[in-house]
Amino acid sequence: MKRFLTASVSAVAALGLWAGAAAAADKLTVVSWGGAYSMSQVKAYHEPYEAKKGIKILSENYNGGLAEIKAQVEAGKVTWDVVDLELSDAVRGCDEGLLEELDLSQLPPAPDGTPAKEDFIAGTLHDCGVATILWSTIYAYDAGRMTGGKPRTIADFFDTKKFPGKRGMRKTPKVNLEFALMADGVPPGKVYEVLSTPKGVDRAFAKLDTIKGNVVWWETGSQPPQLLADGEVALTTAYNGRIFDAAATEGKSFEIVWDGQVWDIDLWAIPKGSPNKDAAVEFIKFSTDTRRLADQARFISYGPARRSSVALIGKHFEAGIPMGPHMPTAPGNFKNALQNNFEFWADYQDELNERFNAWLAN
Amino acid sequence: MMLAGFETVTYGTIYLGGDPINSLPPHKRGIGMVFQNYALFPHMTVGENLSFPLEARGVGKADVQEKIGRALEAVQLGGYERRRPSQLSGGQQQRVALARALVFEPALVLMDEPLGALDKQLREHMQYEIKHIHESLGVTVVYVTHDQSEALTLSDRIAVLNQGVIQQIDAPTDLYEKPNNAFVAQFIGENNRLRGRVRHMNGTSCRVELDNGHGEMQALAVNVSGSGTPTTLSLRPERVVIDPAPGSLPNRFEARVEELTYLGDHIRTRVNVCGTDQFIVKIPNAQGHASLKEGSTVAVGWEIDDCRALGT
Amino acid sequence: MTDAATTGAAAPADGPLTTADGRPLKSALARAERIRRVKAMLLVLPLLLFILITFLFPIALMLFRSVDNPIVADNMPRTIAALEAWDDRGELPDEAVFAALAADLAEARRNRTIGRLATRLNYETGGLRSTVTRTGRRAQRLKAPFKEALIGLDEDWANPETWAAIKRLGKRLTGVNYLAAVDRRYDVNDNVVPQPEVRRIYVGNFIQTLWMSVIVTIACLALGFPVAYLLSILPLRYSNVLMILVLLPFWTSLLVRTTSWIVLLQTEGIINDILVWSGIISEGGRIQLIFNAEGTVIAMTHILLPFMILPLYSVMKTIPPIYMRAAMSLGAGRHYAFWRVYAPNTLPGVGAGCLLVFILAIGYYITPALVGGQDGMMISNFIAYHMQRSLNWGLAAALGAILLFGVLILYWVYSKLVGLERLKLG
Repeated sequence: MKRFLTASVSAVAALGLWAGAAAAADKLTVVSWGGAYSMSQVKAYHEPYEAKKGIKILSENYNGGLAEIKAQVEAGKVTWDVVDLELSDAVRGCDEGLLEELDLSQLPPAPDGTPAKEDFIAGTLHDCGVATILWSTIYAYDAGRMTGGKPRTIADFFDTKKFPGKRGMRKTPKVNLEFALMADGVPPGKVYEVLSTPKGVDRAFAKLDTIKGNVVWWETGSQPPQLLADGEVALTTAYNGRIFDAAATEGKSFEIVWDGQVWDIDLWAIPKGSPNKDAAVEFIKFSTDTRRLADQARFISYGPARRSSVALIGKHFEAGIPMGPHMPTAPGNFKNALQNNFEFWADYQDELNERFNAWLAN
Repeated sequence: MMLAGFETVTYGTIYLGGDPINSLPPHKRGIGMVFQNYALFPHMTVGENLSFPLEARGVGKADVQEKIGRALEAVQLGGYERRRPSQLSGGQQQRVALARALVFEPALVLMDEPLGALDKQLREHMQYEIKHIHESLGVTVVYVTHDQSEALTLSDRIAVLNQGVIQQIDAPTDLYEKPNNAFVAQFIGENNRLRGRVRHMNGTSCRVELDNGHGEMQALAVNVSGSGTPTTLSLRPERVVIDPAPGSLPNRFEARVEELTYLGDHIRTRVNVCGTDQFIVKIPNAQGHASLKEGSTVAVGWEIDDCRALGT
Repeated sequence: MTDAATTGAAAPADGPLTTADGRPLKSALARAERIRRVKAMLLVLPLLLFILITFLFPIALMLFRSVDNPIVADNMPRTIAALEAWDDRGELPDEAVFAALAADLAEARRNRTIGRLATRLNYETGGLRSTVTRTGRRAQRLKAPFKEALIGLDEDWANPETWAAIKRLGKRLTGVNYLAAVDRRYDVNDNVVPQPEVRRIYVGNFIQTLWMSVIVTIACLALGFPVAYLLSILPLRYSNVLMILVLLPFWTSLLVRTTSWIVLLQTEGIINDILVWSGIISEGGRIQLIFNAEGTVIAMTHILLPFMILPLYSVMKTIPPIYMRAAMSLGAGRHYAFWRVYAPNTLPGVGAGCLLVFILAIGYYITPALVGGQDGMMISNFIAYHMQRSLNWGLAAALGAILLFGVLILYWVYSKLVGLERLKLG
């Protein structure tokens, strides 16, 4: 009875997904975040793979999180074969048995023979996921509207005297607390250590307090470029790919401040019980080789997870700009960078989120 | 509607008790109104409905209760204050509407077909009630109706309007017995109409030759100007005498019985006389009334005064 | 039926009336009635089943979810059994409990259920997740005495609060989700205490949600009443055009409408531009109209307006204009007549519209999510957060259940005050 109840609540949650159920193995459902990002995956991975294997790839969009995967797995009705996950979700999904474990030794080596495990940047391979890109949360401004000096450091973001105007920030404690501490003088290497203590959390919120009245909160990645373009904010945190995209393809004069960037990775993962697991593994192997990862960087300014791909990065497919300098991992950009600590956020996101919302409301 | 102030007067002046009321808004005219569908306020009790006009006029609380009581007594609904209109029968609702129109002692009560929504029996009953209430209160009532018998029952004076023009204002008896023109004669009650031309004037009476060439008859000259004028003769069906002794009436004709309709209190008889087969005679169902058969021939006659020669 | 009646009438005058085939007329009529009722039932049945499966059943499951708590009991059976005897909350449990914990965690790791266990415990006490997973990884190799070994691994095991949390969550049915939903928690001695101030959000947000819904409802009534009145008195060809304008928002995507409000209301938006241009405000004094509670109220009022206008209109349409004339002929001025006679008769529509708008507003999600900013969040946004992000479905269910009961209570109060039979939705 209990099992039945649990299964059916998920079944109801997954009701909308039944329609898309594809039983045949000649189709693969790959789920990602939509927009320019999905487009870059379709161009770099899906299309060559379809041409090579004769398999049809259905590209679906979602908004992140594990809710849909949990619903599908618990209902025993898995319709997604490959999902693009953030690291924290991949780790958590793995721990909770929502994702298939992967045999990482099967991943193809670099062209020079370096085994995959050494070729991938440290921390980008996981029991249940293989990273494709590094992306980062940065802050950006519209050079066309910025009179006087240009902001250069993360501390400038919190300096409303030097740089007046509204700030755009994502409505979540994640990354914002890190920015606040770095702006308050904590070196990137010490951020999570400080944030693990109640005093450190107080310090981060105190720093956020200094600009609270000036913040416009955004929720989806498409909002920050729009806020900048409308002049709603002077400075905004954003995903670097979105800002680059607006600058390169729409001719906006947006500029990124890389100082204090918080980078994260996205991984391919397979929901537990996918009926097309073998085909899904094949697809992951194909799409994470050196060539494909380098290809993706032609369509979007996110850094490849393999070291060997960096040398192969070409020019933007439309704007013709060399993509190398726009990668989060480019030497000039990566100096003062912080990797998002999924372990910390997995532990503390519930209470920090409550505290963040309470802070917002008061 | 103009009287009550809901429509603007385009021409002329309305006087109420000698004062012009054209420019007064409806709520300042002091005219009590009773509507066809009662227009009782469904969200108020009977008592509240009655107190509404008093409160709107700022009458004191103590007076209000007393006046409501009196008004309800007048319509024989004492003790109904707490009922809702939906809990009352059609007749009771009508009486409440009447009480509401009277409770603030208006200078004039305007009733706009107040009994139109009731069935025939209740309507007749209410007619008498309204008549009695009216007699006991003595307030002036303007009563609009399309039902002639209702008008006859209730009124002291009746104005007959046709296309906005007053045809005749008179007491009910005069209106019925002495209609001034063909429209009024036709409108109030049934009548037989015969067309003819005046041959000879003789004081108040005249001789009229029928247009269809079926003879001449004596008629009362009401509004014919002289010999040669065309006229419509109006003759009430109940004034036709069946089988009169020869010489007892100035007008006497042979008629053929076409159709008999039994209506309880009288027998409606259609006869063919003077060249028309649509001539109606009402024979009262009285002791020893004439019993006729369809197809038989009988003599009919009438007095000069009952046959009115009207203008066309 | 008419047939039965007429043939029945032809039967002998001394016996009871029968139909042509000799059955008593009364039972034949009852039978015909019954067949008609069954047919009507059959027609309704599909909808009934649909509602049952897609509505009542999920609500029942949601209510169950809000108290269902199997994870800890399923994965830590030994620990829970051993903790039975632990009473003195000032002291740590004894060695047997630590040994049971080591065995449970080792097994949970083998079964790959430790992640779920860790997540569940983490909802209760932040930081326990990594404590549990880290301990689980090493549990296999731990040796007695387990107490020292475990505390050596992680200081959390030396905290009685941790053990109190495990013992509490060992029960299969629990009220902790409801406590959390009203900003309360258990302390180490299982007393209910308020959350620390910095973590209290839900009660405040419930109040905020109610408050904003009330304002939206009042705004809808204030704006909708004159429109509905106009609709009800205009001649048909004009009222049809107006009606289309009223319904237009229904036919536009919610997202599009909400986004156009952003374009209109933002500080660099059209409204502010007009205000600056006309000199009402200065360039530096642009008003924040969106991404806050005000913006949410404005956008929600617009979206919910038709739900107020339609019931109002349908009621006003049935109020005979003669009432106003009657009131005026009885000596009431226009305003007096309107408020004493017309307005009270619109109450069923006002009630229905307000109830509809309020209930829709209280559960609104997309609009506050897009334009809510920092203080325009509604409780649904937190429910969505716990459904989609934190995966704390138990808490989401508890918040949802509180919202549901709030609405039911409101409905009950309404039926007591006004009477549901006076509700008129269209």
